Amino acid sequence: MSTATTPAPAAVSTAPEHGRTRLLRWWPAAVLVLLVVAPWSALPLPGLLDGPVGSPGSLQLLATCLLFGALATGYDLLLGRTGLLSFGHALYFAAGSYATNMFLLEAGLPFAAAAVLGVCFGAALALVLGSVSLRVTGIGFSMVTLAFAQAGSILVSRDPGGFTGGEEGRAAPAELLPSWLVGIDHTANLYWIALAYLVLTLAVVHRAVRSPTGRVWEGIKENERRVEVLGLKPYGFKLTAFVLAGALAAVGGLVHLLLTGGSTPQTTTSDFTLSLLVMVVLGGTGTRWGPMVGGILYTWADHRLGDLAGSGAVADLPAVLRVPLSQPLFLLGVLFVAVVHLLPGGLARLPSRLRRTSEENR
Amino acid sequence: MSTIVLLTMTGLGLGALYFLVASGLSLIFGLMDVLNFAHGALLSIGAYGTWWAASGQLPGAGPGGWGFALAVLFGTAVGTLAAVVLELAVVRPLYTRPREQVLATVGVGLAVPALLSGVWGSDARTFPGPEALSGTFALLGADVPVNRLVLVAAAVVVLVALRLFLGRTRHGLVVRAGVEDRAMVTALGIDVRKAFTLVFAIGGCAAALGGALGGLYFGSVDPRQGTSLLIFAFVVVVTGGMGSVTGAAVAAVVIGLVQQFANYYTAAGLGDLAVVVLLAALLLVRPRGLTGRLA
Repeated sequence: MSTATTPAPAAVSTAPEHGRTRLLRWWPAAVLVLLVVAPWSALPLPGLLDGPVGSPGSLQLLATCLLFGALATGYDLLLGRTGLLSFGHALYFAAGSYATNMFLLEAGLPFAAAAVLGVCFGAALALVLGSVSLRVTGIGFSMVTLAFAQAGSILVSRDPGGFTGGEEGRAAPAELLPSWLVGIDHTANLYWIALAYLVLTLAVVHRAVRSPTGRVWEGIKENERRVEVLGLKPYGFKLTAFVLAGALAAVGGLVHLLLTGGSTPQTTTSDFTLSLLVMVVLGGTGTRWGPMVGGILYTWADHRLGDLAGSGAVADLPAVLRVPLSQPLFLLGVLFVAVVHLLPGGLARLPSRLRRTSEENR
Repeated sequence: MSTIVLLTMTGLGLGALYFLVASGLSLIFGLMDVLNFAHGALLSIGAYGTWWAASGQLPGAGPGGWGFALAVLFGTAVGTLAAVVLELAVVRPLYTRPREQVLATVGVGLAVPALLSGVWGSDARTFPGPEALSGTFALLGADVPVNRLVLVAAAVVVLVALRLFLGRTRHGLVVRAGVEDRAMVTALGIDVRKAFTLVFAIGGCAAALGGALGGLYFGSVDPRQGTSLLIFAFVVVVTGGMGSVTGAAVAAVVIGLVQQFANYYTAAGLGDLAVVVLLAALLLVRPRGLTGRLA
């Protein structure tokens, strides 16, 4: 989705506007500060959130949104930056979550060690499976990653040796976690961890795509054959992207474990990967903020649309309208199809698109 | 012995179901390079259409005898219609952007099961079927459920019909030529896009029929059924070589049997695992599938 349809970034900064644009460039920092202080805020956001921003329920939802924003950003490293359509990203996320949980429960390691080992396990799994999957290209690669993820999903749900808890999932042992990460009073800490994970992911992805390796990724996305002609071996570069994305996903799994207090088999399914795909495309592949926006929006909508269905406004509607509106996944699926059709490049391209239209009308 | 017979027949029934899904999937991929993630949704539509009609909602249709045949016909027709609508409304506008076509079908594949569970609930519904098809028959000392036989018969009919269509008709010729080299067919002045709609209709018809008869096999319908079958259908498509109907038939039988036997003789679930690992292994060894033809 990157070729031909991608409009060039709109030209900015004419001379008098220069100072303003320089200030505007710092908006991410301002947003970050706002996000950091959010837990102390009692600001109600009716419609957007159930309670005031600082209430545990809202913080939990916000943290989940941030987590998935970060996860989508990491996934975009494959999809939007390297052009690899992986259908198995959920596996590395789940690996981070389950492995950490196993190290805590079965090996009885302290939390810090379990967390480090869990993430290392996820990265190692990505290295092994990535090095195998990347031997095929195109749709074959998608299918192999799908197969591996499906194998993982089956393993987890069949519960060999009682390690994974099967369909029920497995709760993280509260007594083995640091006390400042457990309980409803400490939701703010979890929120900050999710925020830190988002910042980490954004920073890593930003640095990676600007590095020489990142340039090669871009080349691979546009035309892999040409990269080969230049004398570079795409395989190693693709594997780097795969492992980096896998490791970031594993960290995400760790954050998810803390946030939800356990590992659930839903995170291993192909549907989970597909929802990541939807997030990234919704927001805009290969853009700096797009996947994050897509992830946050999707997660928020997924949670809030469910509440909307229960509200009186929808319940009074005739069945023809009520039934579709009560299914978040239906709305998101339709929205996704609409974005693919009408808004190539996702939401991230919307501002430049609008600007162009208004200039044409002028 | 009776266990082996029963397992074989069940495996064949499952393979028949896989074939019904995979044949269309394979043709669509072979011709259009679109991996249709909405194919499971088409199966679900067929299953729910049949279930709806057979539960007495459609006049003339019912759970028994000719009423059930009418219900199956109705479900298949609805699925076919859905496939045509899918191609015309969702896939066709994106012809110049192949990857987006796949993404759009992913969206449809998410939306349709959600809609189905919104309308009829997310729990499994009991599937009504005629008495004659719910019994068993004796074969080499085993009591084999009749519905396995129905599935196999339907798959054989579809296979023969597809072979005849592809081999003997002009439209079939265009489809085959399109699978080989789409650009060349277009250069010869043939509108390949009509063939696109046609393969979607055929694929949707087969998948919906699979859904209608799959309801008999599983004894129930639920919104996620199609999606969970889809992964195994992918395995079949890849194993059989993308774009090859006969390859899909052979692969479907092999996959169905392997899955049944492995699930029974080793730990439950290991068969499913074996099949997906088989997919990965096969793609790595022979990226073009068993029949070795170019996708």
